[in-house]
Amino acid sequence: MITEESVSWDSLLQDTRARLAAAAPYVQAGKQVAAADAVKLLEAVLRPGDKVNLEGDNQKQADFLAGCLCRVDPAQVHDLHMVQSVLSLDRHLDLFDKGIAKKLDFSFSGPQAGRLAEYVRAGKLEIGAIHTYLELYGRYFIDLTPRVALVAAYSADRNGNLYTGANTEDTPVIVEATKFKQGIVIVQVNEIVDQVPRVDIPADWVDFIIQSPQPFYIEPLFTRDPALITDAQILRAMMVIKGIYAEYGLQRLNHGIGFDTAAIELLLPTYGEELGLKGKICSYFALNPHPTLIPAIESGWVRSVCCFGGEVGMEEYVKARPDVFFIGPDGTMRSNRCLAQTAGHYALDIFIGGTLQIDRYGNSSTATATRIAGFGGAPNMGCDARGRRHATSGWLRCGEEYGLQQEMTGGLPRGKRLVVQLQETFREKMTPGFVEELDAVQLAKNAGLALPPVMIYSDDLTHIVTEEGIAYLHKCADMQERMAAIRAVAGYTDIGLQEDPQETAALRKRGIFKTAEDLGIDPARANRSLLAAKNMRELVHWSKGLYTPPARFHNW
Amino acid sequence: MALQELHYTFRATEPQPFPLGWSHSGVVGSGDMEVMFERCMLDGEIRFKVVTPVRGFERVWEQVLGRFVNETNLADVSVEINDNNATPVVVLMRLRQALKEARKEAEG
Repeated sequence: MITEESVSWDSLLQDTRARLAAAAPYVQAGKQVAAADAVKLLEAVLRPGDKVNLEGDNQKQADFLAGCLCRVDPAQVHDLHMVQSVLSLDRHLDLFDKGIAKKLDFSFSGPQAGRLAEYVRAGKLEIGAIHTYLELYGRYFIDLTPRVALVAAYSADRNGNLYTGANTEDTPVIVEATKFKQGIVIVQVNEIVDQVPRVDIPADWVDFIIQSPQPFYIEPLFTRDPALITDAQILRAMMVIKGIYAEYGLQRLNHGIGFDTAAIELLLPTYGEELGLKGKICSYFALNPHPTLIPAIESGWVRSVCCFGGEVGMEEYVKARPDVFFIGPDGTMRSNRCLAQTAGHYALDIFIGGTLQIDRYGNSSTATATRIAGFGGAPNMGCDARGRRHATSGWLRCGEEYGLQQEMTGGLPRGKRLVVQLQETFREKMTPGFVEELDAVQLAKNAGLALPPVMIYSDDLTHIVTEEGIAYLHKCADMQERMAAIRAVAGYTDIGLQEDPQETAALRKRGIFKTAEDLGIDPARANRSLLAAKNMRELVHWSKGLYTPPARFHNW
Repeated sequence: MALQELHYTFRATEPQPFPLGWSHSGVVGSGDMEVMFERCMLDGEIRFKVVTPVRGFERVWEQVLGRFVNETNLADVSVEINDNNATPVVVLMRLRQALKEARKEAEG
């Protein structure tokens, strides 16, 4: 029998108090801890097996705290369960090398994908699951709640109020999940100030602030130099603008990262203008502050941009365009990745992006047999939001065209998000973009994953655009037809060479496959002269000098 | 990597002459190619010489060049391609652009 005395309803809080007491010797004025004491602080507050969030997404990084965590004594702190958006720094994996951490739940591992796969094979690291951003944030509030969070901010005041500014990103969701379950929040800040420009995170959600020796690292992930855009990308961009954006009148969009979508952005003020589409397409974006969007913004195409994160060099430009971006009372942008992903999931009519492999059924993935790359946020937008209940014309039209609509809903009206993959039939080194089976299937076997890491499933994919044309896959009535439409756009890959010309001709007649010529586009016009800006310098010029590209892009 | 030389010959159904005596376009940058057309009496044939560092794509070259001949019906012209890892899409696009430029130039 359970006696009343044996039940404790605040064991987490008591445990936290004990940990905070252990940390007391390192605390200076208020919540400040010296950088030199950071490792000791971590040893005082961490316990073996803790779930720990180390802030880092594909942009900003709590890199100083990551380095400190690598230096704790593994005899004292070990077998941590890391729950974090992105593995991008060497330090993130060093933790597993040293035995400080054992298990990992995450979203994206771009730059570390090869080493991650190696560690899984060697048994140094156990993967819980590979998530999308929203899915991982959701689990922070269910079964992956961090006991300790290590996050980054631009500045803190002496009480611990934080300013996270344009790179707010994941901080609010991490801190809220941690603090409201009695966890401990440790912050590295670039500077400690008398007054923060605005309060992004209130002081009473923060336990310790450490002024880091260096400002936190930010990756300019979304910067694409227009000088590197190819004619083939311009051709695909022309087809997208005419055959999809104009066709469905798409006003609410997300562009995946890459040169293909950069080409689309740079064609709006030229080719888009020529087609008379201004005001009819591309008014609202959920998008990072892409430098290649500047010409479209300056030409009056874009009414609003909701950002997932900040982009290095775009701060002043963004500040000077408060009608377009979400700017705080202090005059600087705030990006909240959780809210932007929610917007991306529910409020967009189209997701468009590139991928590495599409299989013959239309499933796609960026994983290869030796690289566990993860997803980031793309699948939250690259899917049909099944909970959506508001109508827009493009969304409704796609639903009307959906070949299985009658079968699935008895003909009741329901729209469908357009999910578009831009694919080069062959990439560099003649790697085919269309394959019999995704490498992700083999990867799942190698890494012991319950699910192959599929970025976009076939039943969500509505269009594929290659240099051959556009496949309007959602119009297909069954999988056989879908596979034929995929063969039609797959070019000279092994999948494409299985094409039956008669079958393709029939699909063309029904508007399921359209070539550039069918769309009234002359492929010979696909030329760099169509780009509104042809290099970084022209982007700076369009921005009236407000955009300041990072040094590595400063090539004039 | 050692370069390999591939040769292909096609015959157009309704032979059309190349609009210029000679033309050159493109640059052998990475992922790109240059192409030279030279008009000559080939008894209604079109001949391609492809110099490429990529091996194992003889069939794909044949398909891409065959498609170009099918859509243009070019005949009595010798075509030389210096390839530096251009993908099939780039090859077809460069050939089409070269022909378009030649037509423009011929019209003066």
